[in-house]
Amino acid sequence: MAERALRLAGEPEVTPALAQEHGLTVDEYAMIEHWLGRAPTFTELGVFSVMWSEHCSYKSSRRYLKLLPSRGAGVATASGENAGAVAIGDGYLAVFKIESHNHPSYVEPYQGAATGVGGIIRDVLAMGARPVASLNSLRFGTLDYPRMTYLVHGVVGGIGGYGNCVGVPTVGGEVGFHPAYNKNILVNAFCLGLAREGELASAAAWVVGAPVIYVGSATGRDGIHGASLLASAEFDAGSESKRPTVQVGDPFAEKLLIEASLEALKTGAVAALQDMGAAGLTSSSSEMAGRSGLGVELDLDRVPLREPGLSPYEILLSESQERMLFVAYPGRENELLTVFEKWDVNACIVGRITNEARWRARWAGKLVADIPIRALTIDAPSYDRPAKSPVPKCAAEGQWCEGGAARARSANDERQSSARSEAPPLAAEPCDCAPSLGQEARLTGAPSQRRPSPAEALRALLDSPNVGSKRWVYRQYDHLVQSNTVMGPGGDAAVLRIKGLKRGLALTVDSNPLACAADPYIGAVSTVCEAARNIACVGARPLGISDCLNYGNPERPEIMWQFVCGVEGIRDAALALGIPVVSGNVSFYNETEGQAIAPTPTIAIVGLLDDVSKRISSFFKFADDVIALVKCGTLSLAASEYELLFGREQIAGGCDKLAPIELGLQKALLEAMAQAAERGLLNSAHDVSSGGLAVALAEACFGGETLMGAEVTIRRLDGLDLERSLFAEGTSLVVLSFPSSHRIDVEGIFARRGLPFEVVGRVSAAPRLKIGTMIDEDCRALLAVYERALPGRLGENG
Amino acid sequence: MRVEVFVTPKRGVLDPQGRAVEHSLLSLGFKQARNVRVGKYILLEVDAGSAAEARRIVQHMCERLLANTVIEDYRLEVEGE
Amino acid sequence: MKWGVVTFPGSLDDRDVVWALADVMGQNVVSLWHKDERLHGAECVILPGGFSYGDYLRCGALARFSPIMNSVARLAEDGGIVVGICNGFQVLCEARLLPGALTRNRSLSFICDQVTLRVENPSTRFTCLMNRGDLLRLPIKHGEGLYVAPEDELPQLEERGQVLLRYVSSAGEATEEANPNGSLNAIAAVANETFNVFGLMPHPEHAVEAGLGGTDGLRLFNSLLRGV
Repeated sequence: MAERALRLAGEPEVTPALAQEHGLTVDEYAMIEHWLGRAPTFTELGVFSVMWSEHCSYKSSRRYLKLLPSRGAGVATASGENAGAVAIGDGYLAVFKIESHNHPSYVEPYQGAATGVGGIIRDVLAMGARPVASLNSLRFGTLDYPRMTYLVHGVVGGIGGYGNCVGVPTVGGEVGFHPAYNKNILVNAFCLGLAREGELASAAAWVVGAPVIYVGSATGRDGIHGASLLASAEFDAGSESKRPTVQVGDPFAEKLLIEASLEALKTGAVAALQDMGAAGLTSSSSEMAGRSGLGVELDLDRVPLREPGLSPYEILLSESQERMLFVAYPGRENELLTVFEKWDVNACIVGRITNEARWRARWAGKLVADIPIRALTIDAPSYDRPAKSPVPKCAAEGQWCEGGAARARSANDERQSSARSEAPPLAAEPCDCAPSLGQEARLTGAPSQRRPSPAEALRALLDSPNVGSKRWVYRQYDHLVQSNTVMGPGGDAAVLRIKGLKRGLALTVDSNPLACAADPYIGAVSTVCEAARNIACVGARPLGISDCLNYGNPERPEIMWQFVCGVEGIRDAALALGIPVVSGNVSFYNETEGQAIAPTPTIAIVGLLDDVSKRISSFFKFADDVIALVKCGTLSLAASEYELLFGREQIAGGCDKLAPIELGLQKALLEAMAQAAERGLLNSAHDVSSGGLAVALAEACFGGETLMGAEVTIRRLDGLDLERSLFAEGTSLVVLSFPSSHRIDVEGIFARRGLPFEVVGRVSAAPRLKIGTMIDEDCRALLAVYERALPGRLGENG
Repeated sequence: MRVEVFVTPKRGVLDPQGRAVEHSLLSLGFKQARNVRVGKYILLEVDAGSAAEARRIVQHMCERLLANTVIEDYRLEVEGE
Repeated sequence: MKWGVVTFPGSLDDRDVVWALADVMGQNVVSLWHKDERLHGAECVILPGGFSYGDYLRCGALARFSPIMNSVARLAEDGGIVVGICNGFQVLCEARLLPGALTRNRSLSFICDQVTLRVENPSTRFTCLMNRGDLLRLPIKHGEGLYVAPEDELPQLEERGQVLLRYVSSAGEATEEANPNGSLNAIAAVANETFNVFGLMPHPEHAVEAGLGGTDGLRLFNSLLRGV
């Protein structure tokens, strides 16, 4: 007769009401009873509640994530691994992933951000890769909102405090401010690692009888129901009281864990490994065994504890940081234990892989949990939540539709349909009403304000914390350690060399909440395009995407609709540009008191330079170089920083239309830029984004060690008047500079691909920015404004 | 035996933390605040036969490790003294 | 000359120093492990940047007691060369192999930036390829780099020429703004009285290649080579 999991003395009785307190619905509780054929023990209830939480199970998003094109040339991983890996040649793989740590960072900004950095580094480490660089995307509320400067200091301090001590350089990122994040900030952390081909570690434990080894810091009560539950429910007034559940990071322990793990992997005795992240020991053990269709049995008495008296429930659900779970080949465990001892890292055997496909835990000689492993992993609930546009009047105009958007245009039809045939049909029916891509942007002005002069507008934009220099932030991050950073923070993308190789890697992270709020589909398309352009502007070719999808409560149809539009936008852009989506993360429930954030898909892209010495920086270098514009789309002031400053707020949602995005032209631009870079024709390239052309020109003047100037003349663009052409955005323009002797070659490369190209002026040694008769400003003064934007508002000296 | 160790920056040694805290206190309206110094508090238990022995042991710890006497002073409070 | 680079638990720039010396400069370098007392014949030992033992009590306070430090102290006594960079500088001060101490930056935050340094004493083994007043561009990255020494010792340090590098403006002036961390007398690097132990907050190992922060760091390392 099989042994049965037991209720322990002192444990509460499990009732449907208790299940509900654990965030499980009535139906979900019934499913648990069905899986077990009995009521769960308290320990089992805890296990189900974390494994079936949105954070761990992706129950609202799973069916949509399958739509993303995850395969492509060089992709070395299937989905479900800890991070994605893409071949970069010469036997190396780039391994990367982005992940959110929004809720913990709002509750306790320093530790929340710090442990976010630590967690994503361990995900990359778990692939067998040495972490080589971090990026982060931070979205804050407005700086005059209560507590916001505290959050900014805390998050930036936490990222620095952890990243600087762990020896992984923070080489770039983005920071933005908008009232939509006043009550729910976003902290998305990205890590890139390098691994040798053929040496990728697996997260699937295929070997029956293999010992399961607990490695790293001891387990405490911190973080019980931390990431998993915090990130699976909305915020409310009670969230403050959840503070004790936020984990505390120890970067020193992580640094030892990195070195010890990499050395352990070299022994060849590691069958599988995984980070103990959200839901700690429970999720890591069940996922490793579940992926291989096997089971696992854990002996909780052997788990190293930081304090006595932890219950099995607490041990299994603890989210203590800096822990990894290894599976060794049977008989080779001592090789691993020796390495960990050398590094003074805790390590002990806590269980075995079994062939029974059950997830079991014992404590004090008793079986405390016995669950079919499928119920925790592949058969966790998956929902087809209703999705509905919030703007019915637009739907009547054929602009918005229920569920999916499916608004990519003809050039991609063939590729899309082939992708569709691979993917299961969408639950929300796609709609062919579709004309948004062909619509002209609708301009919304600033009726309540005097229209600023171009010089006033430029200064105001440079002084905006969204546009202004982020030096105050990245000056607090070590971006040099490991000696690979050839281009650090402050440019379009960071560039790393790879020691011993000619090749280099470019990396960037972008999000565009203004555009996504105006149109969650086009916004997502434009975010992918912008990140890809940033990669192209340093002379690299995009290799792969990692996405972090930050949205509100998916149980609300309009949020689900935003999410579906976002996924479709990423899919369409990724397919059109030919960039696989190799890893990612979904963060729902980013809302407080019913107020959701702007839909914010954050896109990280890693790109490859065949010759890292051919990289291009974003700033002007030589006087008398020719300045030219390449146009790859339509300009618009909708959802621009200019509109945010001077016009009405766009973020409220609605149907303000963005400019169409010509995905074919975007693709052509990527190819043209890579070719121009490889031929060494360009001295600088800078993508026009937040703040428009005038801001991009100013940034190109003062990005380098020596301040430069520029004299340009522009024409009206896309039906906008001359002044507004200076500030319009859209995924549309790149500013180039090159020696006049290269002009014909450069023009040829762009013109051949149908990209409008126009020489507009020259770089000058005198640091003045002159744009037609509209702007004539001293770059030193502009730079002073730009540099003060952030520290000035944070009460710092800079 | 319980011993409390108070480590503070030496008089005359620059104390940026103390200065920052003082500045914040003043800007919060606590005009009475002066000479703020920020230090460390270390609580430990010591196996010792007497309070005097405990003091001697911890004093040695301070000289060796717990304080950097180039820039820091320390003061002990020993249980039962 | 044989170089040794120490790895403490929490050392971060150890691999970068090895890269600079071995791969960029082609030197004979041995990695030294904190638990090991052996120097493997190293004549110049470098204590790298990082956060040794997590720097949890004070920066460098715990590393000072690791086994390797006994050998490093003996090497220094015997006239061998010891260089502490950033955290290594902190360790050497804690070990009293160098005068003074390093404490939290005036701004209280970590600073990663390029700084300009002026050579104050070119007649040491660490600076002998330079002239007085030469300017170097090197990166700093630290949270606790504010150099302090007891008031009565500071004038003597200056008089004896133990101050090797000072933070200055790009024009070479020791201004308030050019002092990134608030160090007394804008001191960025010091030597011991016998001029064989050196400590500096800037990172010469991150300035040894033209494409990565310039090559001014090489001038310091090459000085050590020539001075021997």
